[in-house]
Amino acid sequence: MAKSVKVYSTPSCPWCIRLKQFLKENNIEFQNIDVSSNQAAVDEMVQKSGQMGVPVLDIEGQIIVGFDKEKIKSTLGV
Amino acid sequence: MQVYDLIIIGAGPAGITASVYSARKKLNFLVISLDIGGQAAWSGDIENYTGYQFISGPDLAQKFQEHMLKYDTALRENEEVLELKKSEGIFLVKTNKTDYQSRSVIIASGKKSKELGVSGEKEFKNRGLTYCATCDGPLFGAKTVAVIGGGNSALDAVLQLVKIARHVYIINNTPALEGDAVMRQKVEAAENVSIFNNSQVVSVAGDKFVNAIKIKDNAGTRELAVQGVFVEAGLIPNSAFAVGVEKNNKGEIMVNSRNETNIPGAFAAGDVTDVSEKQIIIAAGEGSKAALSASKYLARSRF
Repeated sequence: MAKSVKVYSTPSCPWCIRLKQFLKENNIEFQNIDVSSNQAAVDEMVQKSGQMGVPVLDIEGQIIVGFDKEKIKSTLGV
Repeated sequence: MQVYDLIIIGAGPAGITASVYSARKKLNFLVISLDIGGQAAWSGDIENYTGYQFISGPDLAQKFQEHMLKYDTALRENEEVLELKKSEGIFLVKTNKTDYQSRSVIIASGKKSKELGVSGEKEFKNRGLTYCATCDGPLFGAKTVAVIGGGNSALDAVLQLVKIARHVYIINNTPALEGDAVMRQKVEAAENVSIFNNSQVVSVAGDKFVNAIKIKDNAGTRELAVQGVFVEAGLIPNSAFAVGVEKNNKGEIMVNSRNETNIPGAFAAGDVTDVSEKQIIIAAGEGSKAALSASKYLARSRF
């Protein structure tokens, strides 16, 4: 069963682009939440991660801040 | 252990261009880098890279990456070089993951953001304070923010933020803004910008997130209420790992017109060097020059 994956990102952030590229390369389906046009999404991201930097990855409630490849790999089991 | 012809450290404009030239010379080489695109990827609008009248930083970085990987180049991404030294004619490259060996190297590790060194900076990093306007700027819609710095990278950040934020303060420690005249004029024409010249940040304050900065000029100190702080106070070269390589007083690696350093077989290119200007197109040109020099060095040394 695939895990539910959310990516909080902005369109211009290089690490967000890398992160989404990485997920696509590994055939991980994810929901992209663009926080740049959405204050409610910003609040949700800040509440979950306790900080304001993007990208933030939410893998079934487990929060990863930044493009931490190793941590993402081990959490997703890829 | 495998000994590569060449290891390229860094994958910004200099490192990637060096990789393209090295691939076309059929060298057995490896690229090691923390990120792809370097500072170019963090730029907003780029209007001075020939051939592109306008391209965004992330888009140009993407083009660079596609060009590099077209040659099936061996790339170790997310890997940081901790030490580079030459011993018995071989370069030893130690990273946070493993060790490599090569007959030549190109150091193209670029520069990173300089920190302000004021109280509250570390505490509020990613809690309103950021070093990447391109990434985090869009989170500050209708907020009041401060940009710290007065050079091109600061102006670039300001021009991104004027479209998003309610008001932008510029805290610049020199008598007037520097950087390109075109950008300066755009900044000075913006209605929601206030410029504080001859001013320094003393501290960053807040509760859970930033809510104010204290600044100082000749007249004294004052507090500005801000929800965001964008640090664009200059850059320092990523050169500390290079053992025995000659550097100037700014820490930049000294190179000659052939991109040679003081160590035979060690070349350097782009913003990490003392090349006279730091521009994407110059870094790319320097990268190609370094790769051609390295290729000649390898041929001459009959490796």
